[in-house]
Amino acid sequence: MRIVKIFSVVAVLLVLGTVAIAEGGQVLLNAAGATFPYPIYSKWFDQYHQAHSNVQINYQSIGSGGGIRQLLDKTVDFGASDGPMSDDQLKTATVPILHFPTVLGAAIPSYNVAGVQGDLNFTPEALSGIFLGKVTKWNDPAIASANPGVKLPGDDIVVVHRSDGSGTSYIWTDYLSKVSPEWQQKVGKATSVNWPVGLGGKGNEGVSALIQQTPGSLGYIELIYAIQNHLPYGKVKNSSGAFVKADLASVSAAAAAVAKSMPDDFRVSITNPEGKAAYPIASFTWLLIPAKFTDTAKRDVVKDFLKWMVTDGQNSCEALSYAKLPKEVVAKEMKAIAQIQ
Amino acid sequence: MATTPNAATPADLAWSPRALLRRLRGADEIAHLITLIAAATLLLITALLVYQLWVLSAEARTKFGWNFFVTRTWDPVAGQFGALPFIYGTLVTSAVALALAVPLGVGGAIFLAELAPPKLSSSLTFVSDLLAAVPSVIYGLLGVFLLVPIMRTTIQPALKKWLGFLPLFQGPAYGIGFLTAGIVLAIMIVPFVLSVSREVLLAVARDQREAALALGATKWESTWKVVVPAARIGIFGSVFLALARALGETMAVTMVIGNNPRISASLFSPGYSIAAVLANEFSEATGNLYLSALIELGLVLFLLTFVLNGLARLLIVVTTARGSGVLPT
Amino acid sequence: MWRKTLNAIMLSLTGVCVVITVSVLFFILGYLVYNGGKDLSWNFFTHLPAPVGEVGGGMANAIVGSLKLLLLAALFGVPIGLLGGVYLAEFGGRIVPFLVRYTADLLNGVPSIVIGIFAYALVVMPMHHFSTLAGGVALGIMVIPTVLRNTESFLRDVPSTLREGSFALGANKWKMVATVVLPAASRGILTGVLLALARVAGETAPLLFTAFGNRYWSPGWMQPTSSLPVIIYTYATGPYEDWHQQAWAAGLVLLGLVLVTNILVRTFLARGTSFERS
Repeated sequence: MRIVKIFSVVAVLLVLGTVAIAEGGQVLLNAAGATFPYPIYSKWFDQYHQAHSNVQINYQSIGSGGGIRQLLDKTVDFGASDGPMSDDQLKTATVPILHFPTVLGAAIPSYNVAGVQGDLNFTPEALSGIFLGKVTKWNDPAIASANPGVKLPGDDIVVVHRSDGSGTSYIWTDYLSKVSPEWQQKVGKATSVNWPVGLGGKGNEGVSALIQQTPGSLGYIELIYAIQNHLPYGKVKNSSGAFVKADLASVSAAAAAVAKSMPDDFRVSITNPEGKAAYPIASFTWLLIPAKFTDTAKRDVVKDFLKWMVTDGQNSCEALSYAKLPKEVVAKEMKAIAQIQ
Repeated sequence: MATTPNAATPADLAWSPRALLRRLRGADEIAHLITLIAAATLLLITALLVYQLWVLSAEARTKFGWNFFVTRTWDPVAGQFGALPFIYGTLVTSAVALALAVPLGVGGAIFLAELAPPKLSSSLTFVSDLLAAVPSVIYGLLGVFLLVPIMRTTIQPALKKWLGFLPLFQGPAYGIGFLTAGIVLAIMIVPFVLSVSREVLLAVARDQREAALALGATKWESTWKVVVPAARIGIFGSVFLALARALGETMAVTMVIGNNPRISASLFSPGYSIAAVLANEFSEATGNLYLSALIELGLVLFLLTFVLNGLARLLIVVTTARGSGVLPT
Repeated sequence: MWRKTLNAIMLSLTGVCVVITVSVLFFILGYLVYNGGKDLSWNFFTHLPAPVGEVGGGMANAIVGSLKLLLLAALFGVPIGLLGGVYLAEFGGRIVPFLVRYTADLLNGVPSIVIGIFAYALVVMPMHHFSTLAGGVALGIMVIPTVLRNTESFLRDVPSTLREGSFALGANKWKMVATVVLPAASRGILTGVLLALARVAGETAPLLFTAFGNRYWSPGWMQPTSSLPVIIYTYATGPYEDWHQQAWAAGLVLLGLVLVTNILVRTFLARGTSFERS
C-alpha cells in the first residue's frame, strides 16, 4: 500500500541519516555556559577544529548558570562559568569538577546616553545606587560629581541586567557586594539575583542589544561586546581612588596580586583588588571540567585542548581584548590537567 | 453485519492459545488493537506529561503551598519563589491583547459573515488563516526591530501626552514592556477570534436576521441586536480560545516584554510572563527548589490553558448546535 | 435618519477591521522580503556559522537541522495521529473515544514551552544528552492531536455508501478501511498532516531544551542540532549587525516555507473548512 511505501522510504532515509555522517574517528563534544568569554571560546573551538578536523566542540552560550546546571545534569561534556561553582554546587556533582581559568575579562558599565560620546566616570557609590534603583536620573549628583564638565541629560536611567543565570552577573554583584553593604544585604551575589530595577536581557548578547537600542540605558557587559558593537563604556573608581578604564593592562594588573597565591582549585575573586592600575571589576573565567571521563577519546581531546588553550590559545586573546593568564597560573594549570582521568 | 469471511465463531471466543491465535489472524482484531494502542499512546503521553509536571513541582508545592500564588518575590539567591509577578504579567499582556483583538476580530467577523459576498469572505478568511500560521519567533523578530522603536519614539510618548493622567500610561517609555507585548499578542490572536466568530455568526439561523429586517431594522441593527447576541456564547468561546493561545505564547513575548519580574500599574513597565520566565531560566535553574518552582509555574500555565480551552470548546459547540437547530435557543 | 448613518458607519468600521487584519499579513511579508531578501546569498545557504563577531557565516546547519527535526516529528506524530484517528472514526465505543478526543484537545492546547520541558524530562535527562531525537519527540507530540482530530474528521466525512459497498463485496473491516475509506479521505488527511508539520516547523520554545543548538553539522540523530527558529531567536536578540541580517534572511526563509506550504495545501488539497483550526 502507498502508506507502507512511504514509510519504508522514510525508514531508509533515517538509516542513511544515521549512518552516512557518523564517520569513525570523529570526536564530538558538547559544552555550554558563559556568554562572557563566548567570543574567544568560539574563536578557539573554531581554531582547534581547523587544526584537528575530526574534533568538533559545540559550545552553546546559554549563561554560566546554564553551564553549571547542564554540567551537573550531565547533558554536556563540560561547562563554562565566570562565577565559580559554590561548595554546595560542587557537593551535588557526582564526579569532582575541576575549574580551569581560561582568560581574564572585565565587566564594564556600558551606556547609551544622548549627547555623551566619551568616557563617563563611575564611583562605586554611583554604580550601587543606580542598580539599587536609588539613583534614577543621569544628572544625579552621584554621577555628575565624578564627571565635571560633562553635560548629563536629565533623562531616566534605564538599568539593563541579565535575565538568565549569569557569571557576568556574578562578577558584577560580587563587586557591588564588596563596595556596598546595602547591596550585600538586600541583594547579594549570585549568578541570578532579585534585581531591584531594570530590563532583563538574555546573555551578554541580549544586554548589549538592549543597551544599543534603548536610549538612556546602562548595563554591564564583557569588554569585547562593547568594543565589537561600538558601545561606549565608562571608567570605574578602584580601591586606590583612581578612575580606571578596562583594558589589557588594567585587567592584568587586577590579577597580579592573586597570580602568585592562586588556590589549588583556581576559584578566586579579583574584584575590587589592591593596586593603583587595577580595574576593579575584572575576573577570571573558568572551564568546568569533570575530573573523570568515561569516554577516553573525549578525555584525551579535552586534555589536549586545555594544554593548547593555556599555551598557543593564549595568543588569540588579546585581539579580542581578553587578558592573558599570568604565567604562574598557566604553570599551575598544566600540572592540574594531569588530574583529569 | 452479515457473515463475512473471518467472522468469529463461538469456538474462537474461547481463551485457549489456539483460539487466541485464530482470532489474531483475523485482521480486524489486529487493526482494532493497533489503532487502540495508537489512541492509548496519546492518553499515555498526556498522562505522563501531567504526572511529570505534578511530581517535579512537588518540592516547591510543599514548601510554598498556596503562598506561591501571592508572593511577589522571585529570589533564587534566598530561595524565595513567588508566582505573582508572572501570573500578573501573563494576565496583563493577555488582557491588552484581548482588548485589541476582540473588537478587531469580532468586527471583522461581522463583516465577513454578514456583508461580504461568500467568495470574498472565504478568501479573506484564508488570508486571516495564513496570519495564524506565522511562527511566533517571526512576530518576535518584527516586534524587536520594528514595533519596539515605534512604541518608544512615537506611540508611548503620545499615550503619555494625551492619557498620561491614567496610571496605565505613566513611567518612562522604554519601548519594551507590557503594552508592546500585548500588542504583539493581539496581532497573533486576531485570526483566531476572527475565524471562529465568523463561523458561529454564519451558524445563526437565517430566519433570525430576516425577521429583524422584516421589522424594519437596518442591517447593522439586525446584526448587532439579533445575530450577534444569538452567537454571543460562541463568540465568548472564540475569546477563550484566543486567550488560551495568548497565555502560552513564549517567544514573541520574551523578546519584547523586558524580562523583569515586576508588578506595576503602568503598561509601559517591563514585566515577565510565565512562558517567558520558563524559556529564560529553565535550562539554568541550579538547585532543586529553583527548578521545582519553575515547573510549578509550568503546571499553573498548563492548568490555565486546560480550563480555558475546555470552556472554549464547550461554548463553541453549544452555539453551533443551537444555530443549526440541534439545541433550542 | 441617524440610524442609517449609524448603520453606514458601523458597517464600514467592520470592513476596516478586516482591512487591518489582512494588511498586517502583507505588511509582515513585505517587510521580511525587504529586510531579509538582500541578505539571502549562496553563503547563507551553504556556510556554517562563523566565530562570534566575524562575518560570512551562514545557516546551512540550521536549515538541515530543521528538516531533520521535521522528519522525526512526522515519524513520531503521524502514525500515532493517523491510527488514532482511524480508531476514533472506525472502531471505538463511547467512553474511550470521548476520552481520546478530550485528551487530544487538551494536549493541543498545552503551551509549547511546557511540551519542551516534558521532552527534556523524558528524553534529554535519561539520555544525558541534548539531541535531535529529543527535539523530534517534542515536535512529534505537538503534531499528534492535530493529525488525530483531522484524520477522524475526514474519515467520518466519507459517505457510508462507500463503506457498505465494500462490505457487500466481502471485505472485512480492516480491508474496508485501508483500501476504501482511507484513500477516499487521503486528501484531507494529507492536508492536516502537512499543515501540522508547517506549524511545528516554526516552533522555537520546545527546541530550546531539547535540540539545544549546534555550531556545526549534527551527524546522526543523537547530537544537538541547530534549527531555523532557534537560530533566528539567538541572532535577533544579539547585538551583532551581521547576526541581525542573518536573522532577517532566516526569518524570510522560514516564513516563506510555512506560507507556501499553507497556501499550496489549502488551495489544492483541502476541500473545505472542516479541518482543525489550531
